[in-house]
Amino acid sequence: MATFAPLFKKRVEMPIKLKQMRRYILSFIFLLSLSVFAFSQEHNEPQSGGQPTGEHPAGGEVEHGDPGAIDHQDHGTEAHDAGCGPQEEHEFDPGATAFHHIADQNIYSIGPWNFPLPCFLYAPDHGWSVFSSGKFHADAHGNGHVAVDKYVLVEGMVQRITDPTFPDGEVEVAHHPYFQKVKRGDGGEKEIASICYESKLYPAEDRSTADGGLFGGGITSFYDFSLTKNVTSMIFIFALLSWMFLSIAKAYKTRDGMAPKGMQGFIEPIFIFIQDEVAKPFLGHKWEQYLPFLMALFFFILALNLFGQIPFLGGSNVSGNLAVTMVLAIITFLVVNLSGNKNYWEHILWMPGVPAWVKVILTPVELLGVFIKPMTLMLRLFANITAGHMVMVIFVSLIFVFSNNGINVGAGYGTAIGSTLLTLFMMTIELLVAFIQAFVFTILTASYIGAATEEAHH
Amino acid sequence: MGGSIAAIGMGLAVIGAGIGIGMIGGKAMEAIARQPEAVGDIRANMILTAALVEGAALIAIVMAYLVK
Repeated sequence: MATFAPLFKKRVEMPIKLKQMRRYILSFIFLLSLSVFAFSQEHNEPQSGGQPTGEHPAGGEVEHGDPGAIDHQDHGTEAHDAGCGPQEEHEFDPGATAFHHIADQNIYSIGPWNFPLPCFLYAPDHGWSVFSSGKFHADAHGNGHVAVDKYVLVEGMVQRITDPTFPDGEVEVAHHPYFQKVKRGDGGEKEIASICYESKLYPAEDRSTADGGLFGGGITSFYDFSLTKNVTSMIFIFALLSWMFLSIAKAYKTRDGMAPKGMQGFIEPIFIFIQDEVAKPFLGHKWEQYLPFLMALFFFILALNLFGQIPFLGGSNVSGNLAVTMVLAIITFLVVNLSGNKNYWEHILWMPGVPAWVKVILTPVELLGVFIKPMTLMLRLFANITAGHMVMVIFVSLIFVFSNNGINVGAGYGTAIGSTLLTLFMMTIELLVAFIQAFVFTILTASYIGAATEEAHH
Repeated sequence: MGGSIAAIGMGLAVIGAGIGIGMIGGKAMEAIARQPEAVGDIRANMILTAALVEGAALIAIVMAYLVK
């Protein structure tokens, strides 16, 4: 090392000033663009009436009969909005904003541009509706100006107006959704977006979700089979990974016996790491049989985690979506339990060498464990990735909390510096988390498969 | 009111997970200091155990979120 050091120093000495400068300039530009982006995300400048209007899904009941008190200056739809009266002003709600930003959407917004995605919607009482989400004419917030077949775009998500008097076909509506708080059956509160059309409010319904109402979803009047932002990201990642691995596989044939090069050299250490640290120790002599599954899991999750970290690129949150992680966990559940041998089931149902009265207690616990294992897999990935995305949005939201929705500009700028640095710090941590969570998912899957295929040794 | 009780529950769950993961990390550091050559094995097992501890906390947090 000592012999190389002077050589190295000499060669680097000349451009070092330039390099340092470039680093500072780059980080400065990044900081600047991040804060500009943060500001452009929330148009919460004080309105002409001097009153802040948070426009994200914070609470607030709709008031009727007080038209024109707030001028929605940057949207140019006063004529429509006036008919339904203004929304009650409400405080900026960082939590709701964060939830909005990590949600799946029917448009793909990259920076200020919205890219339409195809919508495949099915309502039992109307049949299929297939159209591009560009028909909604969404604004920067993902709120559509146009209702198509009773479907409206509210904050990027397709919702449906259930009122039968609302006309079919393409209808121009006041695009600002009005939020109404409604008591749910279990005592909690739920917010329902309402659409203003010809001075009347029409409540809109969310799409059906299979969560049985646990997260406020359930079966509603329509089903959404669209290519949403998450689906598009998944297809993109699928294409990228297929291309990468097929070309790498080809490279092993054409460059047989030579040192790995390019992408091959980048992927090979990761591949070998998972093979040697995860597959071989946990799976014993059967490791080759399960290696493709483990690799597919690892690289799919890692690629989605990393893709979600790229700023300004739509911020797709695929691995932070409960449905996606649930499917991954179900596949793991099936693989583990279908490959389980006699020994595995014996140790769950009637473990040998244990007194009978203990078996009565242990068997239900073990049976529960069979289902809890994939459930924790699902929740761990979902919670880690979602939390990472939310924390970043909340750090940015701090600017609006401390600047009091843009009234106190000085405090806003002051907080902007701090929260930009915090966000950058969190993004670094999230890169680590992206790798760790993909690794943990794979290693736990490997250990479950290993436990299920272990041979009896007694 | 329900929300704030759920928040307390989340906090308690995080305390438990924090103690657990802290102990795992601390012991792993001690183990690495004693046997630096076994760092690979220790790290893999550390992450695995931390993930298991975290799983219990995550279930608690999701439950707290659900009952809100």
